[in-house]
Amino acid sequence: MSGAVLILGATTGIGRAVARELARTRRSLVVAGRDLEELQTLAADLRVRYGVGAVACRFDARASEGLGAFFRECVEAAGGRLEGVVLCFGYAGSQQRAESDWEETVAIIQTNFLSAVRLLNLAADHLKEAGAGFICGITSVAGDRGRQSNYIYGSAKAALGVYLQGLRDRLSGAGVTVTTIKPGFVDTPMTFGRPGLRGLASPQRVARVIRRAIERGRAVVYVPWFWRWIMLFLRLVPERIFRRLRL
Amino acid sequence: MTGDRRENSLPPRRIQSLRTWNNHLSARCEVYRPERLRELEAIVGCPQLRDVICRGLGRSYSDCHLNEAGGVILQERLDRMLSFDFSSGILECEGGVALGDIIDCFLPRGFFPPVTPGTRFVTIGGAIANDVHGKNHHRDGSLGAHILSLSLLTAGGETLQCSPTKNPDLFWATVGGLGLTGVITSARVRLQHVSTGYMKVDIDRAPNLDAALEQFSETDERYQYSMAWIDALAGGGSLGRSVLIRGNHAEIEDLPAAQRRAPLAVRRRRRPSLPFYLPSFALNAASVRAFNQSYYVSHPDRTGSIVPYDSFFYPLDAIGNWYRLYGRRGFVQFQAVFPPEVSRRALIELLQEVSRSRRASFLAVLKVMGPAGKGLLSFPMAGHTLALDMANTGRDLAVFMCRLNELALAHGGRVYLAKDAFLTAEAAASMYPRLQRFRKIKMRIDPQGRFASSMARRIGLVESREA
Ligand SMILES: Cc1cc2nc3c(=O)[nH]c(=O)nc-3n(C[C@H](O)[C@H](O)[C@H](O)COP(=O)(O)OP(=O)(O)OC[C@H]3O[C@@H](n4cnc5c(N)ncnc54)[C@H](O)[C@@H]3O)c2cc1C
Ligand SMILES: NC(=O)c1ccc[n+]([C@@H]2O[C@H](COP(=O)([O-])OP(=O)(O)OC[C@H]3O[C@@H](n4cnc5c(N)ncnc54)[C@H](OP(=O)(O)O)[C@@H]3O)[C@@H](O)[C@H]2O)c1
Repeated sequence: MSGAVLILGATTGIGRAVARELARTRRSLVVAGRDLEELQTLAADLRVRYGVGAVACRFDARASEGLGAFFRECVEAAGGRLEGVVLCFGYAGSQQRAESDWEETVAIIQTNFLSAVRLLNLAADHLKEAGAGFICGITSVAGDRGRQSNYIYGSAKAALGVYLQGLRDRLSGAGVTVTTIKPGFVDTPMTFGRPGLRGLASPQRVARVIRRAIERGRAVVYVPWFWRWIMLFLRLVPERIFRRLRL
Repeated sequence: MTGDRRENSLPPRRIQSLRTWNNHLSARCEVYRPERLRELEAIVGCPQLRDVICRGLGRSYSDCHLNEAGGVILQERLDRMLSFDFSSGILECEGGVALGDIIDCFLPRGFFPPVTPGTRFVTIGGAIANDVHGKNHHRDGSLGAHILSLSLLTAGGETLQCSPTKNPDLFWATVGGLGLTGVITSARVRLQHVSTGYMKVDIDRAPNLDAALEQFSETDERYQYSMAWIDALAGGGSLGRSVLIRGNHAEIEDLPAAQRRAPLAVRRRRRPSLPFYLPSFALNAASVRAFNQSYYVSHPDRTGSIVPYDSFFYPLDAIGNWYRLYGRRGFVQFQAVFPPEVSRRALIELLQEVSRSRRASFLAVLKVMGPAGKGLLSFPMAGHTLALDMANTGRDLAVFMCRLNELALAHGGRVYLAKDAFLTAEAAASMYPRLQRFRKIKMRIDPQGRFASSMARRIGLVESREA
């Protein structure tokens, strides 16, 4: 299964949908996350549904050690060569808790930023060597404007966004595309049960947009598309007025 | 996220008013949507929850997937296919897998579900729990006959393997068991082999009920699939006039040259949907009569037409949200089956009743059923089944439906629990003679009544809650 795509954080939500969307379009996959049992079930699903190769690997973005070994394991599972890497894992955490609990803040930053950087550094080197491939990272509209309700998570996502931007620049001559996906609200475990959310995008829809963005080598893609304009507007609202919105 | 939140709190949930597909019944429920097996187990075992019921794609017309003031566990994200054996056609998948996904994945490889209801938007778990039947019931029986085994997560937190030979009691209580024995976490189903994605269809008109019944009994054995669209508004000498639509999976040599190159590649139609509810006066006796007339006239007898599988099995799926035709109050469906000795009489009385009431019903289906399976609460039994849609007109509809239920009962008929919204506990018990046995098994496997639904309380399958 040489040329497989590695999905980091494939167990549920957007990651699972992206895994299926890529398998549907005939790509082999390495699916990774913490919950190995569930990931193995997903790998079976991909093999049965789409007849592609699929294996599961375990990693924990909260652990400071072992990500290098994990990445090598994935490359090996892919037969020595990855075609691309999609980074889906993330941790929204609790803003409220993070304000008083340093551990929670660290968890949010480590998961969404530090470990993401560590893994994408490895991915960049691997793909650059081959001179072809893609990297796709999921950030969030939460990273476009700091808001009192989620700025710890938002700032980690914003940092990841800047990282991806820089990486895109670095790899632009190397045949490797780097895509940033900025989802609005998506109907996944991350949002399920949160009050006041309406009109969530389905993970399938988001996954389709992600596949197309990867295939076209797009730089930054909002999904659903209208979030680009919502966020543009929110960024333009002056601080003094923004404060009164209490978002 | 769930992984981190899970340890010390309630699983994430949504308090929500859920509706039946036909927009007739609703209930306020605590809704859960696990994406992992362990989350599912945590919800089933959660002590703060008084009772739970599963919900597949909510395509039942009855309240069997609603649980007023209780828990509802959506199965749609537990939808992984686990294994497939090409030589035997046996697919093992989780209960939340949609039938339409099975077709999309396996028709290109030459396999088709052994039984399918009139919509592809049902889950395997939901289809087993209603032991659904298709147009091939006279030939192949209901879905339960094609389920080799299933895994059942029970109230005690244990997962039991059930099959016709292992825990057979529990297996046949679960097939058609309305989700009351536990969660079907996975099932093994034998798909049938097909050579093409097309159907070879014959259309025959019958000017009245007797002609329809005669054609069924004379020529049904030629067809794997058979049903009739029946004009429920026609009265007098045309009572029961029908268009029989019967067919078989087409073989490659049946196909026109263009399709022969890729006989299994059927492109799915795009689905337009109704963007809003039609006002409730849009469907009335006159407009339906006009529709029925034109339907009957526009279906001249034809033999051997080749049509894509989806327009044969799922004509209604072609329009998303078609229930909106009936306006905001929705509609109801009446479906009953009658034993062969009395079915003619019963059908005539029913059709007379409906035709007299002038209740709009442009979807009325008549079909022959084969022998009953072993599911304790399964609907199908040998005879004829009639299904009618009717707009919800409020109280007078309830009165009318109760009349139809009484009529069914009086003729030894049985009303389909997937469709019913009006049955009483007494009527259910007389229509389903194995109901007492079901209750015994239920008491054994789930003594605390962990699995319960609005319907189960309504028709006395479980005790009503103490206040
Ligand atoms: C247009 C249309 C046409 C139809 N045609 C037919 C037909 O031709 N023949 C026929 O038989 N039926 C027919 N039906 C009815 C439909 O097939 C059944 O109601 C079916 O059970 C719906 O499946 P679902 O996944 O939507 O389940 P739901 O309606 O959500 O649930 C049905 C039952 O299954 C239980 N359940 C769901 N998942 C599980 C699980 N994993 N484990 C245990 N229990 C579970 C629920 O508790 C509930 O009792 C039709 C319905 C529509 C809307
Ligand atoms: N849902 C939204 O509205 C929304 C909006 C904007 C952005 N996003 C972003 O979209 C991405 C996908 O989120 P989602 O909505 O699909 O949520 P999700 O279902 O919770 O998915 C997150 C996945 O990441 C994995 N993961 C979490 N922590 C991990 C860790 N420490 N180590 C390894 N894997 C870990 C989880 O799998 P395991 O449990 O197996 O580890 C899980 O499958 C995230 O980056 C999220 O921030 C989501």
